[in-house]
Amino acid sequence: MTPATTTKTALLHLSGVSKGFPGVQALDDVRLELRHGEVLAVVGENGAGKSTLMKLLAGIYTPDAGTFRLNGEEFSIEGPRHAQELGIAIIHQEFNLMPDLTVAQNIFIGREPRSGGVFLDDRALNRSAQELFDRLGLTIDPAERVEHLTVARQQMVEIAKALSFNAKVLIMDEPTAALNDAEVEVLFELIQRFRTPDTGVIYISHRMDELARISDRITVLRDGRYIDTLETATSTVGEVISLMVGRTITGEQRPGQVQRSPDVVLSVAGLSTKKLLKNVGFELHRGEILGFAGLMGAGRTELARAIVGADPIESGRITVDGREVQIGNPAEAARLGIGYLSEDRKRLGVVLEQDVATNIVLSTLPAFTSKVGFMRDGAIIRTARDFIGRLRIKTPSANQLVKNLSGGNQQKVVIAKWLAKDCDILIFDEPTRGIDVGAKDEIYALLEELARQGKSIIMISSELPEVLRMSHRIAVMCEGRLNAVLDNAEATQEIVMDYATRFSAEGTVS
Amino acid sequence: MRSRLRGQIQQLLAFASLIAIVVFFSVANDRFLTWANVTGILLAATVTGLLALGTTFVIITGGIDLSIGTGMTLSAVMTGVFLTYLGLPLWLGVILAILFGGLLGLINGVNVAVLKIPPFIATLAMMLVAAGLSLVISGTAPIYFKETPDFVRLATGSLIPGIRFPNGVLIFIIVAIIAGVVLKKTLLGRYTFSIGSNEEATELSGVNVTKWKIAIYTFAGLFTGLAGVLLASRLSSAQPALGMGYELEAIAAVVIGGTSLQGGKGSIVGTVIGALIMAVLTNGLRIMSIPQEWQSVAVGAVILIAVYLDILRRKNA
Repeated sequence: MTPATTTKTALLHLSGVSKGFPGVQALDDVRLELRHGEVLAVVGENGAGKSTLMKLLAGIYTPDAGTFRLNGEEFSIEGPRHAQELGIAIIHQEFNLMPDLTVAQNIFIGREPRSGGVFLDDRALNRSAQELFDRLGLTIDPAERVEHLTVARQQMVEIAKALSFNAKVLIMDEPTAALNDAEVEVLFELIQRFRTPDTGVIYISHRMDELARISDRITVLRDGRYIDTLETATSTVGEVISLMVGRTITGEQRPGQVQRSPDVVLSVAGLSTKKLLKNVGFELHRGEILGFAGLMGAGRTELARAIVGADPIESGRITVDGREVQIGNPAEAARLGIGYLSEDRKRLGVVLEQDVATNIVLSTLPAFTSKVGFMRDGAIIRTARDFIGRLRIKTPSANQLVKNLSGGNQQKVVIAKWLAKDCDILIFDEPTRGIDVGAKDEIYALLEELARQGKSIIMISSELPEVLRMSHRIAVMCEGRLNAVLDNAEATQEIVMDYATRFSAEGTVS
Repeated sequence: MRSRLRGQIQQLLAFASLIAIVVFFSVANDRFLTWANVTGILLAATVTGLLALGTTFVIITGGIDLSIGTGMTLSAVMTGVFLTYLGLPLWLGVILAILFGGLLGLINGVNVAVLKIPPFIATLAMMLVAAGLSLVISGTAPIYFKETPDFVRLATGSLIPGIRFPNGVLIFIIVAIIAGVVLKKTLLGRYTFSIGSNEEATELSGVNVTKWKIAIYTFAGLFTGLAGVLLASRLSSAQPALGMGYELEAIAAVVIGGTSLQGGKGSIVGTVIGALIMAVLTNGLRIMSIPQEWQSVAVGAVILIAVYLDILRRKNA
């Protein structure tokens, strides 16, 4: 390293960072510069590579390529502990606390004060935690067990833990997702206290209004690539959003103007849940593909789960084919013809260790049982072969284990399972997640064909191009509310993104 | 504040059930509450109790140890090897036998933490290995302690002058206190809870989970070794065919004591109470001339009730 290159050294500087996983290039030649004393926001759509980048900095992943510099000095991160020692503190999106330990025990895990070298000194531990909280202006009992704290307070404990390392770089991944307005204020105050000429903050968030308040500059990532960095003061929300979405969808890729059937097969009104959903209402027509767009945590999966009775509903009405129904569990939903295809296909969609035929008939097994209780294997195989042909499932035979199939074909097996059950309303949650590009088109074609045959489809997807390409109408959710239902013709990525980031002004006090 | 109170109430409940059972048997049979019978119960609780103490640590990490029963047997056989075959001095033979138990735990720990073999499988394999080795090493015959006649006094003698209070029980009390202090007051105990509570988060916090898991299994193994020594002392011989089944009794004691098989929760006080409940039940039913077959049924029922009550408590929490 020549001294001439470091006229104005950044606090943290990354360049040429790449990281691939089987089937995806999560980061491709990404750079990032965090200056001393600044709050740098990092934004991007779901899957833009933000979380991967953070995990590299946390020492959880090792990069395939790239240079990391701290105050101009090149370094590599050997593991989570090393990252802490380097002064990089990370607050992960999913909580990393031990619920059975106390607040103080959590904060000082791995650095417990001991008296006489052997015994833990819990009094000193609690005292240190109390001093830390006093310094940060937090009122939390250090001796309280973490499992008894609200989510917001757990978040505060996470932040206090990160700050207790005397970190130089603080990285926060969607820190306000679980906080109400007052708590967000406390958080911002914490950030301001942390910010000194020696330190810097990387702040990942989707909330445009927050970025304007807290950040100095905004770096945009898209599809694992570095796009641009803007000065917050001189840029508009629209600019940032258009950098985030980037691609435009051409007209031919959109679904043709469909004559929407007037029959409403599913109608949801005033649906609320204790946790998240607020007064959601929409109608699904026969033969329609209704796309659900929104950011992570917007409540789309929660909505699907509430409809099929997997989670309890607090209030609201669900009508199927004009009849009001009470759905207590997914089995009852299936009897009414509503199938939910989970985003977690491997865990909740298929039985990996069983063969294709068994999976297809799994939820209709009683129909394939003879009067004396034996399985009618011949009928099972015939039905399975029928679906393998109709859905063009690529498998050497109906007896192949599902785990040996590609992601796309596993998804088709799940679809076959629900079709075998005669479901007319299919709710797809991220139908193409983990499926490679070629196979995606096949799934798209299949969904379109199902819609043409009169099936009604709800498609939850975090990929905007996918939503725009497939959906006849697009419902946009944010914070558990349904912000808009757009006709495909009037929807653009920018408009959808705008609705998806319209957070309620008053926050969510629970 | 509320949570600490709740924890104490849970422990009080377990203790109250123990008292209730004791009162029941005292009223039902006047031979129950005699000094001889009480020390007999305590001595009976000692061996399973020691195994349960070590296993409490393993279970709080979210693991399980099925090898403690036959591991205990193998440690007893090794006590015979050290004292009778090799003629080592009493103190050295006992210490080596305890350390041998630790070695078994170390192997379990490496299998679980380094080779990532699920604890159930790793310790099931160790259970069979230890059972076989006990028979091989002893030539399937009991080993008697002819060279060290004092060895028997280790469990059944009485240090306290004037009172017939078995040393084995004294040792159990001391070891239980040590286990309690280690669990509450040392790094090993803290990481035991931490790993059971959220292993990934513990790792991310910079704690070397692999190293500590090995340490925890090894520490638990020391209890297996000590249990083997005391069992051999009580029986005045190392019985190579005994031991299978003790692991389930010990796990039952831990579970009755309120330690969660999911990990993250548990206490030594609870385990001691659990071991006492098991011993009191067995003894009381026997005194009341209930056939052994029915004793087993009763213990099974108690386990179901204890664990279901725990589930109910959790739901309401």
